[in-house]
Amino acid sequence: MSKLKTMRQSTRKKCFILLGMLIAFGIFEILIATNTLSNQMQNLLVPMCYNIILAVSLNLVVGILGELSLGHAGFMCVGAFVGAFVSKVLGVLYPDLSKWIVFPLAFLIGGLVAAIFGLLVGFTILRLKGDYLAIVTLAAGEIIWNIFSVTYAAVDNGKIRFSLGGTNIKGLSPSAKQIATGAQGISGIDPLSSNAGVRFAIAFAITFVVVWLVLNFIHSRTGRAVQSYRDNRIAAESIGINITKYRLITIVLSAFLAGIAGVLYSHELGVISAKQEVFGYVMSINILVFVVLGGMGSTLGSIIAAVLLTVLPEWLRVLNDYRMLIYAVVLIGVMLINNNPTISSYVDAFKNKVKSLFKRKNKAKEAQ
Amino acid sequence: MNVLEVKDLSIQFGGLRAVDNFNMTIKKGQLYGLIGPNGAGKTTVFNMLTGVYKPTEGHIFLDGEEITGKPTIKINQMGIARTFQNIRLFGDMSVLNNVKAGLHNQIKCSLWSNLFRLPSNFKVEREMNKKAMSLLEVFGLDKFANHKAKNLPYGEQRKLEIARALATNPKLLLLDEPAAGMNPNETAELMENIRFIRDNFDMTILLIEHDMRLVSGICEELTVLNFGSVLAQGETSEVLNNPEVVKAYLGD
Amino acid sequence: MSFLNTLFNGISLGSMYALIALGYTMVYGIAKMLNFAHGDVIMVGGIVTLEVMQNFVSGMNPIVGALISLLAAVIICTLLGVVIEKIAYKPLRSASSLAVLITAIGVSYFLQNVALLTFGSKKKMISFAFLDKFDIKINEQLTIQGSTVINIVTMVVIMILLMLFIKFTKAGTAMRAVSEDNGAAQLMGINVNGTISLTFAIGSALAGVAGFMFLGSYAAIGAYSGTMPGIKAFTAAVFGGIGSIPGAMIGGLLLGVIENFAKSILANMQLGTLVDPIVFIVLILVLLIKPSGLLGKQVREKV
Repeated sequence: MSKLKTMRQSTRKKCFILLGMLIAFGIFEILIATNTLSNQMQNLLVPMCYNIILAVSLNLVVGILGELSLGHAGFMCVGAFVGAFVSKVLGVLYPDLSKWIVFPLAFLIGGLVAAIFGLLVGFTILRLKGDYLAIVTLAAGEIIWNIFSVTYAAVDNGKIRFSLGGTNIKGLSPSAKQIATGAQGISGIDPLSSNAGVRFAIAFAITFVVVWLVLNFIHSRTGRAVQSYRDNRIAAESIGINITKYRLITIVLSAFLAGIAGVLYSHELGVISAKQEVFGYVMSINILVFVVLGGMGSTLGSIIAAVLLTVLPEWLRVLNDYRMLIYAVVLIGVMLINNNPTISSYVDAFKNKVKSLFKRKNKAKEAQ
Repeated sequence: MNVLEVKDLSIQFGGLRAVDNFNMTIKKGQLYGLIGPNGAGKTTVFNMLTGVYKPTEGHIFLDGEEITGKPTIKINQMGIARTFQNIRLFGDMSVLNNVKAGLHNQIKCSLWSNLFRLPSNFKVEREMNKKAMSLLEVFGLDKFANHKAKNLPYGEQRKLEIARALATNPKLLLLDEPAAGMNPNETAELMENIRFIRDNFDMTILLIEHDMRLVSGICEELTVLNFGSVLAQGETSEVLNNPEVVKAYLGD
Repeated sequence: MSFLNTLFNGISLGSMYALIALGYTMVYGIAKMLNFAHGDVIMVGGIVTLEVMQNFVSGMNPIVGALISLLAAVIICTLLGVVIEKIAYKPLRSASSLAVLITAIGVSYFLQNVALLTFGSKKKMISFAFLDKFDIKINEQLTIQGSTVINIVTMVVIMILLMLFIKFTKAGTAMRAVSEDNGAAQLMGINVNGTISLTFAIGSALAGVAGFMFLGSYAAIGAYSGTMPGIKAFTAAVFGGIGSIPGAMIGGLLLGVIENFAKSILANMQLGTLVDPIVFIVLILVLLIKPSGLLGKQVREKV
């Protein structure tokens, strides 16, 4: 009996999460089709999706690997710019190419380039841990968006030209098509679809696959190796786990997924520019708030927190003014509740009381 | 045949020679004890054997192959597994997953098969579950399989560490004070477990211990360390009756 | 001459970094935590200075007025530092460094947003014209600005006072003991919690001074003004070797000079916005090549 339970526990949890996502998706699609969903809400559906991807991918590093990354938005930045670049350049060079080829390519290349950045950052932090590691990821994130803020790109006579600097590319012909313009970024990115329902469907499909992959990763041989590093590095080495390899794998996978979220982001907004608020550490910390509020290490928690924190501030405008202040209180509060023995014992006692209350009710019902 | 051969091993921390000219030979299937007063350098020897510290001088051979100064990971893969004096479990993982992590290098599949749930992933999980449960059964831990490791009672945590080390399929098992913090009943049970492992897993075991009943009960040979150097070496009963050893333990 | 100008500006900036880095390095050395909110305490110090100068001491002799506002900034920052430590950090003494760092980030966010809601989202300006009196004119082309003089003098004086304090007072000895091994210090009867609180108080008082210096150098302050100087000063502390007071000074000065030269070179290339990344690259290089910094010592992990 107990053995059977052991083996199915993680699978059951996974099915529960994925099924829940499908049901939520179905409900939203019906609401869109019957026109009951407000415009404001419709505009939040895709942001919900990329926030979920950002949250579950950061959770891989913070909750599963146990390292604090403050540069997650940097990988998203790479994905957003590279994805937008690919789809714009292909649009200029091969105007007849089907969207069904262009967009998948944009996602794939955006994700892969973000993964390469992840690998670079991963190598940089190999010998570091704790606070030093966190501050280096912050630094890396800042460097990344700053580089994109001085990148110019154009297509001239069928050739792609780049320039890294304070001014536009020199000697462009008048027929040249500008793609990226430094701090102004990239504009006029084609949406994935003009129909809100279809856009959401595509974004959801991607999110669904991402969550499936992340859950597969966590509950696997690889995921266990990563978690063993998180729980005790020295013990993990003592049982022969190549911790360097698994740290790199996790960081690269997380960066890849953040890149995918970035591609989704740029195609949803249509205009992107490399700015601190959007791709800097402020954004990284916002993503961290999803992970912390959802409970570090919990994929389901990350998903719920990402959805709530996308929707709530829009629903309650009052909340929007105080949003960042509330985020701050969430970070401090959750950490105190989870890590202070005195406070957490109060919380546990309260939880048990609530639980026993429910149990009593159920028993009372049974008795009737 | 000698599973472990240590020759003239020394390590220097700054001005302190923590272990000096240490020699030891362990034959296959032996239950070997490393004892000595606190601070004698026993754990330092373990740390050199497992590559946590690099020795300043000397050589270590496992099954005739030199492992001196190799990284911890490599040494484990070559066949030495250990437990720790201050328990080091994967506290937030389940008991079962602790052992499955230990099986990491024994039963393998690729990252891609993990990510995309290819058939080999399921095969590996099935094999790992079977193997891990059978290891947990040896220590009577199977009923805790789903519990978080950090929620286990102290004595069970020590046993889980041994089970995890065994999962890496070592040639030599190092136990650092396995009975620390256990009551006499638990210690007696642990002694049974250790004997069982030696006999059924065909294991060679080196252990550090302060509990003399455990040492005299199961160890066949002993090395006594004092201030970093070997004070006595040989069969258990002889060593324990050695006046020098008695003096080191009880003082003048 | 522009070389010397850049150098002096760098030293001026570096003096400020050094002073902020002191706060980081002391807290890191003793409480073993990266106080992410330190930069925002500086912001609070700057805002207090500005508000006091504009609203309370405007009729007075400007130097007296400045001193009064400096005192106000120091007092408020010290209180703030102690309160933050008490509410947010003290309950987490035994928690993982991950949890403490996330809490510190939360505190940083909290201060920023309270400032945003009360002070407004726009930067406010103030003139420190009286600092011109301290200008040192070397020749026609080169004048060392008053704010530079003040920054350097303040930094050196504080650095010396702090070293004397740590070397020769009982509380200073307790600090050294706690930073070496807080368990052993506790066993020797040292009040570890009290010592850590004192460290925070001193670090925050220094942040108050740094806030004043910041306003003197930039003449403007806003809710987000503390973050970048904070991160850069942490870089300076790491550069010099975290936990080391002379290290904070050397790291701060070096970083200030590097930053100013990078700024003038990048400005010529029309890449002025890339100054911050240069500082971050310095941080990454230092951590890659010598994680213990110029004057820090290596720590071995116990198995």
